[in-house]
Amino acid sequence: MSISVLVLIVLAVAAAGYVLARRRALALAGGDRRKLHSLIGYYGQTVFLFASVPALLLLGAWLFVQPIVIENRVAALITAADIPEGGSLDLVLSDVRRVAAGLDAVAAADGLSEADVAAMQADVSTVRDRLAGVGVALGAEVKPNVFKAATVYRGAANTSRLAMAVAVIAVALAGFGLSIRRVRPDFRARNVFEAFLVTLLIGASLVAVLTTVGIVASLLFESIHFFQLYPAKDFFFSLTWNPQFRGGSSLGIWPLLWGTLYVSFVALLFAVPIGMMIAIYLSEYASKRMRSLAKPAIEILAGIPTIVYGLFALITVGPLLRDYLAQPMGLGESSSSVMTAGLVMGVMLIPFVSSLSDDVINAVPQAMRDGSYGLGATQSETVRQVILPAALPGIVGAILLAASRAIGETMIVVMGAGAAARLGLNPFEAMTTITVKIVSQLTGDTEFASPETLVAFALGMMLFIFTLALNVIALVVVRKYREQYE
Amino acid sequence: MTDAAVATPPRHGSLLSADDRTRRRNAAERRFRLYGLIAVGIAIAALIVLLSSILVNGSSAFRQTFLHLDIHLDEKVLDKSGTRDVAVMSKVTTIGYGKLIDAALKTTIEDEGIAVAGLTAKDVTDMISKEAAAQVRTRVLADPDLVGQTVSFKVLANGRIDGYLKGRVTQESAVRDSNVSPRQLHLADALREKGLLSRDFNWGFITAADASELRPEAAGLGVAILGSAYMMIIVLVLSLPIGVAASIYLEEFAPQNRWTDLIEVNISNLAAVPSIVYGILGLAIFINFAGLPQSAPIVGGLVLTLMTLPRIIIPTRAALKSVPPSIREAALGVGASKMQSTLHHVLPLAMPGILTGTIIGLAQALGETAPLLLIGMVAFVRDYPGAPPEGFFDPAAALPVQVYNWTQRSDPAFVERASGAIIVLLIFLLIMNAVAIVLRRKFERRW
Repeated sequence: MSISVLVLIVLAVAAAGYVLARRRALALAGGDRRKLHSLIGYYGQTVFLFASVPALLLLGAWLFVQPIVIENRVAALITAADIPEGGSLDLVLSDVRRVAAGLDAVAAADGLSEADVAAMQADVSTVRDRLAGVGVALGAEVKPNVFKAATVYRGAANTSRLAMAVAVIAVALAGFGLSIRRVRPDFRARNVFEAFLVTLLIGASLVAVLTTVGIVASLLFESIHFFQLYPAKDFFFSLTWNPQFRGGSSLGIWPLLWGTLYVSFVALLFAVPIGMMIAIYLSEYASKRMRSLAKPAIEILAGIPTIVYGLFALITVGPLLRDYLAQPMGLGESSSSVMTAGLVMGVMLIPFVSSLSDDVINAVPQAMRDGSYGLGATQSETVRQVILPAALPGIVGAILLAASRAIGETMIVVMGAGAAARLGLNPFEAMTTITVKIVSQLTGDTEFASPETLVAFALGMMLFIFTLALNVIALVVVRKYREQYE
Repeated sequence: MTDAAVATPPRHGSLLSADDRTRRRNAAERRFRLYGLIAVGIAIAALIVLLSSILVNGSSAFRQTFLHLDIHLDEKVLDKSGTRDVAVMSKVTTIGYGKLIDAALKTTIEDEGIAVAGLTAKDVTDMISKEAAAQVRTRVLADPDLVGQTVSFKVLANGRIDGYLKGRVTQESAVRDSNVSPRQLHLADALREKGLLSRDFNWGFITAADASELRPEAAGLGVAILGSAYMMIIVLVLSLPIGVAASIYLEEFAPQNRWTDLIEVNISNLAAVPSIVYGILGLAIFINFAGLPQSAPIVGGLVLTLMTLPRIIIPTRAALKSVPPSIREAALGVGASKMQSTLHHVLPLAMPGILTGTIIGLAQALGETAPLLLIGMVAFVRDYPGAPPEGFFDPAAALPVQVYNWTQRSDPAFVERASGAIIVLLIFLLIMNAVAIVLRRKFERRW
């Protein structure tokens, strides 16, 4: 039974509950709505919620847990001998899943019964060809244990599907039955309904907390896994980054960290002065007309996806810098460089810096400006000597937030900065960053249990810690600053 | 101000002419203003250069070179049995169709009396895209009665010929290029004069699936647009209700305590987590742990939902906050419960603000690339995903990832395609933002 059908059944039960609860409430009140505690709709809605929500939650939880439980059962069937040289249990299990899916396809295509499928075990060597016939390509012959595991997997999946359907419908009916029995004229339906709704609202706000827990857990577990395979000392202190997929790679974070910081530094060097001057000019000098034109134009820059900036770096800025700056000065031959990525990222950060600085500058009380003008200072003197010092903590906060954006930015550096891990000072050379390496280590067909892949999680952990720390500091600074003037 | 203690030299001369110091201060003022103007100028210039470079590079992707050929669909080749049975006819592979197209082009060249010195048979064959045979085959299988007739077809020309008409390939570059010869370019010129080779609007670019590295002329965005649309549906369906529910709770019901503080700090931090970290989350939890399929819109949609949630919650809370307390109090005053006052009065009044925030959040999600790279959306997908909800689990591409994909290929024709894809993406974003602006202008109330 497909999931959408199951959902429809649950909704149908709930809808029936809505109608029946209304009727029952009205009938028990003798047709007089005034005898009911709540508006009649609340009786129906309460039953609707009790019938549908627990059942749908169960469905979601079941779908999430089912593969894990089945996998554990299947994994027990695989012996050490079934795992090929250099492979891992994960790979064998994915083979099992593929064989199981293939068997489903064969059974559907040829109209086989379960007994026929079980009979295929007698002659395992033909399985690969039959699976290839339905479009499931396998890398090697199917081993007997793998085939057995696949049949167990299929069996467990089918049973689980059936059990899930039964359980979900049972929960829906139970919710329906229990709640409809409580429907009486003196049943405080509105209170129950609203309490239920508040619980749902709390649940929704917990999604944010769960997301954080998920992020931290996934980064932490895989990072620990990584540090079991690769010494933490080398990761944090080695100066070379040279992954070898045959093993024996050196995975030092420093070249990546250096590239990240260098690119971010170039970007901030470009974006901070320009962004701040824009904020100052638009808030202190510009005419209303100019502001109404320039502000939206700069906001457009903020709405452009980073992939567009990446392409801009790749096809326009990179070749331009190479042909007109790097090559004439003999500094480099590569169109992807720290400068390319830094400049383009700087453009991306301009609206970010300018809107944050704008807020900060506007928060400086007008009295300070008036005082400065009253002493005869010009506008620029007021800005430089009164407003900027007063706004300094806020501006520091804005720069930190921009830095956190720059460090976490991915597409611009993937397409603009290059892939060579290098510790150097020449900004026209290609360097690489943490985010680039996360992408390159995790895309493509890689074996999941190797340190070369798992290092991406350790890198992600570093990235997460860096950006989080910058944000927290920035928020604290900005909050302190706001309190000062409020 | 300690500077005030420094003695200012007494003023000499007229009040009407500025002295040195005033002149210097005024000059500094003008310079400062100029710096500001330059900064604004740089930002706007950057915007213009960015957009125009994409437009210049990408607009040609919407026009494609086609050959107009009258192809004789030979019954002996395509349907030996003569029964017009599709099942039998589908045994004929594209090679058979390719030969027919080839022959048609040769006859056309002879009929039109075009003579190019040293033209080889391979030159003629390579004028046509490898994809053309597949397209003709699809059309014939859809309408078997065409077999035996001479039908006029518009078939794709090879990517290099297309590049020649667009100015990407020249006679000089052709000499060095092993994939195209100057003879072919002469032939293209001749065919063009006779009106047999022309550039038309390229519907295939918008509807077709991706094509392999050797056939840039046939690569399209169909699967990517569909995949992105699926993901946006998932993001909308999940993040709007969850985001609005969370905002209502935090803004209207939550008690002021540490737990609420924790949730709020959490949300503001999530909004600042780099998007690639969400990709890692998706890979570790949805794919490795929960066993969802790679490159499926469902995983992309879930990841983007988690990423969009804080971006929806923040403007939604602002919209709820902007509804004046008098509305709530009036509702409570006539006997509504807290929930009724919120759902019946506050929420509808905040709706324009919520929708604006949601659309802008969706627009950001649509352009997001990095997390999708990690969950396998970079895979080469040729088949359209099925209809939802089952289609959510089929492999698909996504618009921004398709752009990235094309930039990784060596043929320069893909740069044009990538820029063209960006134009499509920007058009979608423009529409979404325009809707958001119109909503805001039309319904926003200032209290």
